This record gives sequence, C-alpha cells and structure tokens, in this order.
Amino acid sequence: MITYIKTMVLTASITLISFLSPQSFAAFEVNMPQGVTAISQEIYHLHMLIFWTCVVIGLLVFSVMFWSIFFHRKSRGYKPAQFHENTLVEIIWTAIPFLILIAMAFPATKTLLSIYNTDDADIDIKIIGYQWKWKYEYLDEKVSFFSHLATSPQEMYGAREKNPNYLLDVDEPLVLPIGKKVRFLVTAGDVIHSWWVPEFALKRDAIPGFINEAWVRIDKPGTYRGQCAELCGKDHGFMPIVVEAKTEEDYQKWLTQKKIETEQIAKLNSLHRTKEELMAHGEKVYQQVCAVCHELNGRGQPPMYPSLVKTSLTQKIDCIADHINIVLNGIDNTAMQPFAHQLQDAELSAVITYERNAWGNNTGDLIQAKDIFYFKQTGLYNDQEPLGTCRSKGVTK
Amino acid sequence: MSTDHHNSPPKGLMRWVLTTNHKDIGSMYLWLSLIMFLVGGLMAMVIRAELFEPGLQIVDPNFYNQMITMHGLIMVFGAVMPAFTGLANWMLPLMIGAPDMALPRMNNWSFWILPFAFLMLTSTLFMSGGGPNFGWTAYAPLSSTYAPPSTTFFIFAIHMMGISSIMGAINVIATIINMRAPGMTLMKMPLFSWTWLITAYLLLAVMPVLAGAMTMLLMDIHFGTSFFNAGGGGDPVLYQHVFWFFGHPEVYIIILPAFGVISTIIPAFSRKPLFGYSSMVYALASIAFLSFIVWAHHMFTVGMPLVGELFFMYATMVIAVPTGVKVFNWVATMFRGSLTFETPMLFSIAFVVLFTIGGLSGLMLAIAPADFQYHDTYFVVAHFHYVLVPGSVFAIFAATYYWLPKWTGHMYDEALAKVHFWFTFVGINLTFFPMHFLGLAGMPRRIPDYNLQFADFNLIASVGGFLFGITQLLFVFIIIKCIKTGKKAPDSPWEGANGLEWTVPSPAPYHTFSTPPVVK
Repeated sequence: MITYIKTMVLTASITLISFLSPQSFAAFEVNMPQGVTAISQEIYHLHMLIFWTCVVIGLLVFSVMFWSIFFHRKSRGYKPAQFHENTLVEIIWTAIPFLILIAMAFPATKTLLSIYNTDDADIDIKIIGYQWKWKYEYLDEKVSFFSHLATSPQEMYGAREKNPNYLLDVDEPLVLPIGKKVRFLVTAGDVIHSWWVPEFALKRDAIPGFINEAWVRIDKPGTYRGQCAELCGKDHGFMPIVVEAKTEEDYQKWLTQKKIETEQIAKLNSLHRTKEELMAHGEKVYQQVCAVCHELNGRGQPPMYPSLVKTSLTQKIDCIADHINIVLNGIDNTAMQPFAHQLQDAELSAVITYERNAWGNNTGDLIQAKDIFYFKQTGLYNDQEPLGTCRSKGVTK
Repeated sequence: MSTDHHNSPPKGLMRWVLTTNHKDIGSMYLWLSLIMFLVGGLMAMVIRAELFEPGLQIVDPNFYNQMITMHGLIMVFGAVMPAFTGLANWMLPLMIGAPDMALPRMNNWSFWILPFAFLMLTSTLFMSGGGPNFGWTAYAPLSSTYAPPSTTFFIFAIHMMGISSIMGAINVIATIINMRAPGMTLMKMPLFSWTWLITAYLLLAVMPVLAGAMTMLLMDIHFGTSFFNAGGGGDPVLYQHVFWFFGHPEVYIIILPAFGVISTIIPAFSRKPLFGYSSMVYALASIAFLSFIVWAHHMFTVGMPLVGELFFMYATMVIAVPTGVKVFNWVATMFRGSLTFETPMLFSIAFVVLFTIGGLSGLMLAIAPADFQYHDTYFVVAHFHYVLVPGSVFAIFAATYYWLPKWTGHMYDEALAKVHFWFTFVGINLTFFPMHFLGLAGMPRRIPDYNLQFADFNLIASVGGFLFGITQLLFVFIIIKCIKTGKKAPDSPWEGANGLEWTVPSPAPYHTFSTPPVVK
C-alpha cells in the first residue's frame, strides 16, 4: 500500500514538473518581498520572526506526535498508559504560549505605531478608487489623472503572447520622489477598493465616504507594481497600481511636463471641433472609461450594464439632454457613476458625440465642450430639459 | 393505536417529509450536506480550471465572481453546517441516552427549510444579471447599490438558513440541558455534546446579527434607506463590523463540533482516555468568549483608529492560548497510547497536523502590521482553507467513517477508505500549501486572472484541486457500497471506543433509549 502511494506521488510530481510553463519569469517566489521602505523591512522582519516562532512550535508539537505514531502503536505491542489530567503540565502549556505572545506583541506594536504616524508629510496625494481604475490627485500641484490597465485584451484571451508585466501595466503610473514622506489620502467613488503595493508593505482600503491616511518614504528609484486588494466587481483583477519612484530632479521634470499637458487638455474646452475630431477623441475616451461596462461594441451586459446601441437614449433627438445628464450625473442606485468631475468638458462632449454616432447609431448629433459647460450651469442642452424617461432599455433596479 | 406503528418507520416518501425521528432527520441533513459539498466542489473546480493558467479561458470575470461567492456560501452554509447539525441529530440523543431530540416537530421544520433555501440560492445563477457576485462576505455597497437584481433572493435564502440554524440550536440546547440520562452530569457528557452546546449558544447569539445585516442590505436596495450608502449619510464600514460580529463566531461554529469529533476519535484509537477533559471544556468556553471580541481582525486595513487596531490584535493573539491547549491535549492523549490507524484515526491525525498549520498561519495573520501584507491575498485563502477543509471537513469524514457502522449496520470498505484518505490528503496539500507562497509573493484573492509570476504555483494548486475533487466521488461510492453490501457490523466495532451509542445494536433501531440508561 505505502509503496504504491509513494510511486503515485512520485509519478504525479514528475508529471507536474514537466507541465510547468516555460513562460514563467519570477517563478516559485515563496516569500514576502523585503520592499523598499523602512516600514516594509520592519514588516518583513516581523513576518520572519513570527514565521520561525510558528515553525519551532509546530516542529515541537509534531515531533511528540510522530514519536507516538511510530513507537506507541498497537502493532508493536505497545500497552497503553492510562494517565490523564496533570495540573502542572497544563499550567506550563498555557503559560509558555502566553509569554511567547507577549514577546511578539512588543515589536508588532512598535511597527504599528510608526505605520500610523502620518504627521509631517512632504507631499499629499489623494488616491481615489473607481470601478476599475485609480485616480491620483497631487493636492498642492493641481495635477490629477486616471490610471487604467494597459494590458491588451488579445493578451488576456491568448491571441498574443503575455508580456512579463501582464496585468500589471497602466497607461499612467503614479510618480513619486524618493526620500520624501508622501502622505496618501485614500478614498473611493463607488464601491470599496484597496490600494496595495507589496514593495511598500502598504495596503489601505479605499472606502466611499471615508478618507484613510497612509504614508510611504521610498528609498530606491524604480518601478513598483501592485493590485487592487478588495473585491470591487467584475474587473477587480484588472485595476493594477504602478508607482514610478524618481529622484527629486526627475520628479520635478515630470511634474512640469504633466502641468503642460493638463493645460493643453483644458484648451480643448474652448474649441469648436468637427465630427471627425470629436469621434476620434470620443473613441479614445470611450475605450478608456466606458468600455469596461458597456463593452467595446456598446452592447454592455444587460441588465447590469445596459446596451447603448440603437436605444432611445442614444438615438432620439429629444433625449440629448438626458444623455448628457446621465453621463454627467450618473444614475442613483445603479453602477452608472457621475463623470462630471472625472472627465474634462472636452472629453465628455467627445464621448457623448461618439456614443450617438458609433455602432450604427448615426444620429449626426455633435456635442461641443461649450454645450457641456452650459449644461453644467443651467441643466439645459440648448433649451432642452432632461425628460427623465429616456433610459437605455434594461436600466432597471 | 398499535405499538408497532411506532417501532418501524412508515414507508414511502411521506416518511421523510413528515418524520420527527432524530435519526431520519440526521440522515437527511447528512445527505443534503453531501450533495451541497459536491455542488460547492463543482464550483471550486470551475475556479481552479479558470486559474489553471494565466489568461481568461473558461468563464468571464463576472461569472467567476459568482462562482467564488456561491462556492463560499454553499460550503459554509450548505456543506459544513448541515453536516454538523446532522451529526448532532444522529449522535447527541445516542450519546446522552435520550430517546430523541427535545423538540422533534421543530426539528423536522428546521431541516425542511434548508433544501428550499439552497434551491433559491442556486437558482439565482440562472436569473437575469446572474447570481450574487460580491463574495460570500457581501460587502456593501458592492452588494447593495452595485449588485445584480438576484441579490434579493440571496438575502431571503440567507434568512431561511439563519432561521433553520436558530431552530436547530434551540433544539440542541433543549436536548442537552433537559434530556441527559440520569447520572450524566454536564462534566460527564461526551466532549462532542459540550462542543455542540457551546456552538448552539454561539449560533443563537450571532445568526440574528447576520439577519440584521442582511435586512439592512435589503432595505438599502429596496426601501431607500442608506445604512451602508455613504452618499446618503450611511457607513459602508458599519456593514463589515456587523457582518464580522457574526462572521468570526461563525468560524468557531464550524470548527467547535469538529473539535468534539476529534476529541472522541483520538482517545478511541489511542485506547487511552482524553488527557484533560475539564481543561478541554474550559478551553472551548474561552474560545467561544474570545470569538466575540476579535471580529475586526478581518478589517485591519479599513483604517480603524490605532487603539482599535491594537485591541483587536492583542485579543486575536490570545486565542492562540486555548487553541494551543486543545492541540496539546490531543497530542498528550496519543502519547503513550496504543495506536491503530483505521480511517477515522487517519483523518483525525491529519486534522491535528493540518489544523495546527492553519492555526499557526492564523497567528501570523493576527500580527496587524504583517497583516497589511497578508490581508486579502492568497495567504488568507490558504489559511482559512487549512482550518476549514482539513479542519472541519476532515472531522466530518472522520465522524462519518467512525459512526457509519452504527448508522447503517454495515462496515465500510477499509482499504478503499484509506485510498480516499491518502488521495484527499495529498490533493488538499497540493491545492492549498502553494497558496501560502502565492499570497506572500503578492497575488490578491478573488481575481480570475494573474501575472505570469504566479503561474507555476497556480498550476500545482489546480492539479491538486482536481485530485481532491475527483477523490470525493470515491467517498460517495464508499458510502453507497457500505449501505448496500458492507459486512455486518458488531454493536461496538471499535476496540477502544466508549460511549452510550455503542451500547445499542448496529444499525441503531428506529427508537433507542425509550427507557433511559443509568450513568454512574
């Protein structure tokens, strides 16, 4: 019996090893990263300390047990002792674990105190989790941007080879200077998310209605990757975090560049654009922001994510104000978020134009940035009020 | 009315629908549990198949989320809890010398609610928008504002399961308190009765809390309240506090009866009394008490104030002490015993080893700063599967093999049962041990696809999972074979076993202990 099982296990392991994919890169990583901050190193050492404590306790307990299994078996003719209850032994095995725990509590408390000390930060960054992207706002710099997954669907569905940073790439990483104390103010715009970068040992839940604080001081320049750690819906596995840590000088260069870009987008808000310009810009925004729910083909996943193809909302001329209203203000009690503060007027106008003209909708309606601006002021599109009855079919709750 | 009418069960389907007999109801609970174990297992197979290699292959992410949600709900509420209630129904009256449970009609009702609750829960998978997809913990607002329409059915199903559990718990308490054989004082009860008595009190205390959380969700969805909606002045973290106030005692609800089973089987096959009966009882009571004051260790990353964080860290660490006492007691019981290794003992020994590993990783998770790295990763998945599968589920296997001769009057096939044990043991470790590494290396839980660095261990876990899954069909076969063609079992088939259940014939007659036995 035993030899049979041994052979089975051996065969199974050999088959398994021959199966292992050749495409793995940092394969068989078995431990927590030490990380690149003082806190992450402290946590690593705390982890190793408690780990080895557990290993020693485990080995002691199991060795007594296996001693009995090998030597105190009936097949060896071992006669059972009948002892039970021994107050001294029982006191000892209650007291010793207790002392070990007290010894563990000291370093753990010390580390926790430093994690919670968010005072005297050099830079404040607000992190907002959305389904399924992160927004970073540099509070003192008037710079803010969204960070989306940058892995192509072809890689996910196996049509193209997966790159080493598969699912861990974003279009715009968070850029931080090294050596500075950066304070994060973490919150969310819809459901609960969690911002986690293992190399910083930093994980904080992003909760709508709450602002959680956390901080990091990075020692080494580099690119550090993480993922959302709280189930937040369909694409929870597809909202990675990438942090680029730069030297102070490079950081300042990046910041200046970023400010110029922001101004350029703002300029679009005052332009009158042609259909081609709006459609091209709109398609880009749609793919980045809307397609996660409504899908690239506009058909969504009803009833959670309604279709936009040939519905009264996206086709009827009387429904333009409703369309703008829904995109700007969202729909209460559904997954439709308000985008008025997530996107610029130019982006909103382009994406609404795109939705009204793509996938055979072909209404020819053009929405300009000034229409969005006007709607925000008055709640009207030209002089059309939202009717409230134009909804894409399937928006039921 | 003739007396024979009472001595043998009526025939046909109505026997099962109308029965108030603790043995019939116990069997129905156990069969329901076995079916749900296979259904929940099938969902686990879908999960492991999707995670077999990186990329999206088999199911779409939304369906994947429905699978993890349903797998968790079905395993906790459908497989493990009914199995222990089934064991309680069958064994408590036999162990304490009572003729039946104290409240037999309620017993019938508390069982018959369950199949309909699970029918309703699984039917959500076929509804428009799909089934619940927010994890078994159902954190708001993902489970309220952002949830599929079928969530209402999920809430009602949970309510029905809760009502069933509460009635079951009342029955257990009434039975143990009032119906013990003359001379059986509380401190002479078999330990399994003790674990169930304490579990029943936990159930009574926390199932209404879960019902409260679920009702608040229902109101947020349908009646315009904002308990958990920040936009309306509510608090999403409140949901987590209420849920885990139920959820942490819940994990003890599904492990304490397992402790009872193991404390019965280890002395039997060591031919030696349990080392410290009274310290086991005190340890149980302290674990039950502590289980109420540690709930927020599931929430170390929500941004609690520092003192809250410290309190829950210290309280959680303290649980290691009574849990340690239990493990030391089992080992001390085996020490200098005269051991044999029939299948119930194999599962029990594996329970002690693997549950201890799960307990030690639990101690690691208690260290709040380190938990910032472990939280919501595969390390947590590894931890709770180590305490639930080789913990609760192994105890259920052990109990099944141990008491099958009493239930069916037949012996099971020992050789096949050992094959079942070894394949399960290898499968389970292959599945869950690599998950520790995945979590430490940075793989979050509840994701349908992952970076290439996690590919190898996921492949191993999937292979282990399939092995574990297929092996359970063998378990079903062994049970059926035992019922149909097993050798005739003696009244007391285990040399070292003690207890009143072994004084009645095998199979146990339809009515036992109509006159109570006297315990000295």
